[in-house]
Amino acid sequence: MLDIRGVSKSYGARQVLSDVNFTVADGRMTGFVGANGAGKTTTMRIILGVLAPDEGTVFIDGTAVTASDRRRFGYMPEERGLYPKMKVAEQLVYLARLHGLSPASAQRNTTSLLEQLGLGERRDDLVEALSLGNQQRAQIAAALVHDPEFLVLDEPFSGLDPIAVETVMTVLAGYAAGGTPVLFSSHQLDIVERLCDDLVIIGDGSIRAAGSREQLREDHTSARFEIQTLGDAGWMRDLPGIDVVDFDGGWAVFEAETDAASQHVLSEAVSRGPVTAFTRQRPSLASIFKEVVQ
Amino acid sequence: MSVTEKASTRGTPTSPQRSTAPSVAQSVWLVATREILVRLRSKAFLISTGILLLISVGAVVAGGIASQDTSLDTVAVVGSAEAVVESTGAFEIMAVDTVADAEALVRDGTVKAAIVPSDSADAVLPVTVIALDSAPLDVTGALSVSPEVQLLDPAEQGGGIAYLVALAFGIVFLMSATTFGGTIAQSVVEEKQTRIVEILMSTISVRALLAGKVLGNSIMAFGQIVAIGLLAAGGMAVTGQRVLLADVGPAIGWFVVFFAFGFVLLAALYAATASMVSRQEDVGSVTSPVLFLTMIPYFLVVFFNDNPLVVAIMSYVPFSAPVSMPLRIFLGTAEWWEPLLALVVLVASTVVVILLGSRIYSNSLLRMGARVSLRDALKR
Repeated sequence: MLDIRGVSKSYGARQVLSDVNFTVADGRMTGFVGANGAGKTTTMRIILGVLAPDEGTVFIDGTAVTASDRRRFGYMPEERGLYPKMKVAEQLVYLARLHGLSPASAQRNTTSLLEQLGLGERRDDLVEALSLGNQQRAQIAAALVHDPEFLVLDEPFSGLDPIAVETVMTVLAGYAAGGTPVLFSSHQLDIVERLCDDLVIIGDGSIRAAGSREQLREDHTSARFEIQTLGDAGWMRDLPGIDVVDFDGGWAVFEAETDAASQHVLSEAVSRGPVTAFTRQRPSLASIFKEVVQ
Repeated sequence: MSVTEKASTRGTPTSPQRSTAPSVAQSVWLVATREILVRLRSKAFLISTGILLLISVGAVVAGGIASQDTSLDTVAVVGSAEAVVESTGAFEIMAVDTVADAEALVRDGTVKAAIVPSDSADAVLPVTVIALDSAPLDVTGALSVSPEVQLLDPAEQGGGIAYLVALAFGIVFLMSATTFGGTIAQSVVEEKQTRIVEILMSTISVRALLAGKVLGNSIMAFGQIVAIGLLAAGGMAVTGQRVLLADVGPAIGWFVVFFAFGFVLLAALYAATASMVSRQEDVGSVTSPVLFLTMIPYFLVVFFNDNPLVVAIMSYVPFSAPVSMPLRIFLGTAEWWEPLLALVVLVASTVVVILLGSRIYSNSLLRMGARVSLRDALKR
């Protein structure tokens, strides 16, 4: 488990992070969402020890993280990069060894990871000779080659084609399923929505919302309901405690003052004819994001 | 949940036993090894090293041939002048019958000058020298009568050879320092520009990274210098210049020692300054002050190698000590303790530069885009 507690950071007079707190739990895919410049990359760099925070601490399972612990992290920086003039496999072995793996383990991990990511045939190519998509795969391999116990990935899906997105999602989900805490940031809210278990929303350097995806949705669910009937839904406007927001023929969206009022709408509708859908409107991630960030 | 459990459940390959994090020394060595391997694979490096080695062998061989060139100038002589010229032993003599014949030989260039009996009765020497367009100083010199000379403080080596030795040390130092300094600067910016530096920084300490780069390139530069030194010494032995070898040998030895530290100092400077920019195109401008510092010793010894005071001062300045101190050792103008003192100065300044350099380096590595100002880079 990865705990970020009270982290603040300023560049000169500009406060980039103020009292950032959140947790990345074991085995959970945690999406880290925020606008450009909200502080995602700075937070991730602090977790990795690339930057020192002004205040605050990062904990692993309750103890403050040390320099040697950081070798247990797999990190994908926002700005991609590998040595362009080094062979793919050689480069991965080098990075694995810097993380403390023996030469034999480094070789073994490199070989099987390249196979898994579909780069087996490219192992002896120079990185600069790879296509962009394959360079991205090599980059992901670089974050995983030393068998990390924690994953921190800054925009792992940006610039990937849909097939590569699926590959990466599968690999990351595999890690989370094995109990690894995974923190990843993304601008692509639809991917975050599909992939993440937990969500952390950051805006202007402070955490605006954090928790499980379902809980966040629940918290931001309004008393809005959607109903689809076969007849005309105009009668709803006359019911007490009901405010019809929108309607079109048999379809309507309404706000109910109480649960009883909404149930009343349903029973009334059923008595008037067939009801094909009745749901509470659940906000999309995009709308929650907009709501908490503004 | 333990590491191995996690790994087995997700079914990915794993090291059976995660070794403890590598020590700083191991990290440094890993980085240094990569630098060396990359360099050894670079065609540009191999070619330039080959050229440098060829030049040094060529210089030694050429020096050997030149020193064996003992052929004498030929002069034409007429009549009684022959006895005078013969007594000097400095010329090949071509005896002709008349002054006119001798003049003809001078005109067509067969001989360097003609030496004929003097016409005037009160001349100091009983001969006249006939030359084409200017007085042949070596000829007149050989014929002159010189007074006895007593040297109070005889120089051990002639000015000409001192100049050559100074030039040789200067060129080797300049070439090696700029080549490898430039290499290290490029490799620093490459890591910054390709952003791999962020992965490296999240894995090992910035100091270990800097130390590894400096160490790797220093080993390469040092290896090159040792190879040149051995080739030069071997060449001198083979071409029969044992006397020169005995004179130059200690100076070469000291040069190698001074070079080792002097290069580390320059390498740290190159790495630190290069880290302040983000693009290869900017490396040249940001490292030019360091290049300037590298060139100072070269020009000073080339221009002032006959000025003992300048050379003595330069032999203590860290940037020029690697060239000036060996030169003084060769000239025999350094006391036994002087190279040691200069070495202490050099090592101390190297340590200071490494400390400042690593601060600049760690402050600058993540600053992309515009060039980082020196003041920002030195901030704690």
